[in-house]
Amino acid sequence: MNTTTRLLIAASICVALAACTKKVKEVPPSDTGPDTSGTTTGAIPDGTGRYTPADLDTDSCLRQRVIYFDFDQDTLRPEFQAPVACHAKYLRDRPEARMTLEGNADERGTREYNLGLGERRGNAVSAAIQGNGGSAGQMSVVSYGEERPTCADSTEDCWSRNRRVEIVYTTK
Amino acid sequence: MKRLLTLILLLLPFSLLHAQGLDIGLVSGNEGSLPIVVVPMPYQGTAAAPDTDVAEVIRNDLNRSGQFRSLAIASVVEKPTRGSEIQFPTWRLLKQDFVVVGRLLDAADGGFRVEYELYDVAKQERLLGLAVGGRAKGMRDAAHQIADQIYEKILGVRGAFWTRVAYVTASGLGQGTQYALMVADSDGFNPQTVVRSREPLLSPAWSPDGKKLAYVSFERGNSTIYMQEITTGAREVLASFKGINGAPAFSPDGRRMAMTLSKSGSPEIYVMDLGSKVLTQVTRHYGIDTEAVWMPDGNSLLFTSDRAGKPQVYSIPASGGEPTRISFQGESNARATVSFDGKKIGMAQGAGNIYRIAVLDRSFGGSGRWQTLSPGNLDESPSFAPNGSMLLYATKEGRRGVLYAVSADGRVRLRLVTADSDVREPAWSPFRQR
Repeated sequence: MNTTTRLLIAASICVALAACTKKVKEVPPSDTGPDTSGTTTGAIPDGTGRYTPADLDTDSCLRQRVIYFDFDQDTLRPEFQAPVACHAKYLRDRPEARMTLEGNADERGTREYNLGLGERRGNAVSAAIQGNGGSAGQMSVVSYGEERPTCADSTEDCWSRNRRVEIVYTTK
Repeated sequence: MKRLLTLILLLLPFSLLHAQGLDIGLVSGNEGSLPIVVVPMPYQGTAAAPDTDVAEVIRNDLNRSGQFRSLAIASVVEKPTRGSEIQFPTWRLLKQDFVVVGRLLDAADGGFRVEYELYDVAKQERLLGLAVGGRAKGMRDAAHQIADQIYEKILGVRGAFWTRVAYVTASGLGQGTQYALMVADSDGFNPQTVVRSREPLLSPAWSPDGKKLAYVSFERGNSTIYMQEITTGAREVLASFKGINGAPAFSPDGRRMAMTLSKSGSPEIYVMDLGSKVLTQVTRHYGIDTEAVWMPDGNSLLFTSDRAGKPQVYSIPASGGEPTRISFQGESNARATVSFDGKKIGMAQGAGNIYRIAVLDRSFGGSGRWQTLSPGNLDESPSFAPNGSMLLYATKEGRRGVLYAVSADGRVRLRLVTADSDVREPAWSPFRQR
């Protein structure tokens, strides 16, 4: 994919996203996922333009700390490009910040396989944040597989809430 | 979990089997099972009687196997306690093939002795006349050993009633969840806590001598493989690398441990020499490779891999090499369990949102014959009994995990129920050593 194509894709995603208010920024290519080639910068706060720990509680983009996935998939859905981008910016703005990406799966499939699936999802979010300029050294991935469900019903609604990566700041 | 597990015997509903498209001619309920009467065994000593009903434990064991159906206690019209008292015409009339009589006596060491005899009703011939001893609280063990002896004498296959099961319980949801790794008798009695944790526990695996369990705990914040002695509680960390540390499996000689580690970036199968702790990488693929189990010869492993898209079961030499796919029925197959002779491979087979326990029987060569053993929707974690006669597995009823045991021919299924918690991850122990 050449630079022009990448910019075009980034621009089209930018148009589609309400959170995207600034100019399209060139993003470095990522070799870890197919879905990080067309990402955008996220919401930029006022003032200095740099995030502070207080923004984690107040900024509507930074408050999105759960990324949901489709069944047996680790591809980032388009609606989660914005939170990925703003958390990446937070990491860039605050080099001392550290986050754990907790990967989870729904109850379908075996427990050990789901540990693998949860890790893939965590890695996908890590790669996407890196694609937006976040540093790998600021993130660690832990997979809980299907061991930490948020609900216990065997329904698609519950399953969809359990297929997730939780962004947990260990140092703000 | 403080309560005893209780057992409910269920006959497999034919309608469910029919819906699965199985050959219904192979299914005969328990009609093909052998009728046996186990006469109550009274205490004839002078001290306080042990509170275990030994004959009842034997009866329940034999019923659970699917190979026998014991005469209901209400129909046991005569109560002989030794062979010389048996009126064979009575049991012939009641269509019983075998009769077991016995009694509990005081032993010289202050414990008890169960003396029992097994007779063939048609031949009026004594097949067994043995005594099994034990303390009062060991009378269930004595009963399980007698059931094993009866099973072996009649069927020519070692019994697996005097064995144990390991499983994981969870109570609560979210932050307050309490997890416990438990060990109980094969009929669910005498549950003991091996380890408790506020973080998830999974994948218990028995050492071949039945003295240790390996398991995965998140108590350090990430998955970690522990190996623990059951009686002393002494334990050690075997693997705590970056990424996944999962799916431990002792080799048949107990000297090596297969495991899943993702320290290289994706989950791969490794074999650890338990003496030196040196790791040998077995698989090399960017997909998920996990859930290794050993073939009985200790030379090769089966494992789950999604390298072809969906999870399937593959075979690979334990020293590494080229994997061969062995599961070609069903959208997905995972978490293999192998019978002692290596001929039957149980796995969790998925199609859409339905997951059931299927067994691939390779006794007759070729690519093998499949049989679906469970009728549920989310059946997983199959584990063969050490004699291959039954499998344990986990499923979900409502929001709760429950365990089932199913005979290897699928004819008899029973549920192990706990009073208050979610139960999962059953693992059947090896044979116990007398």
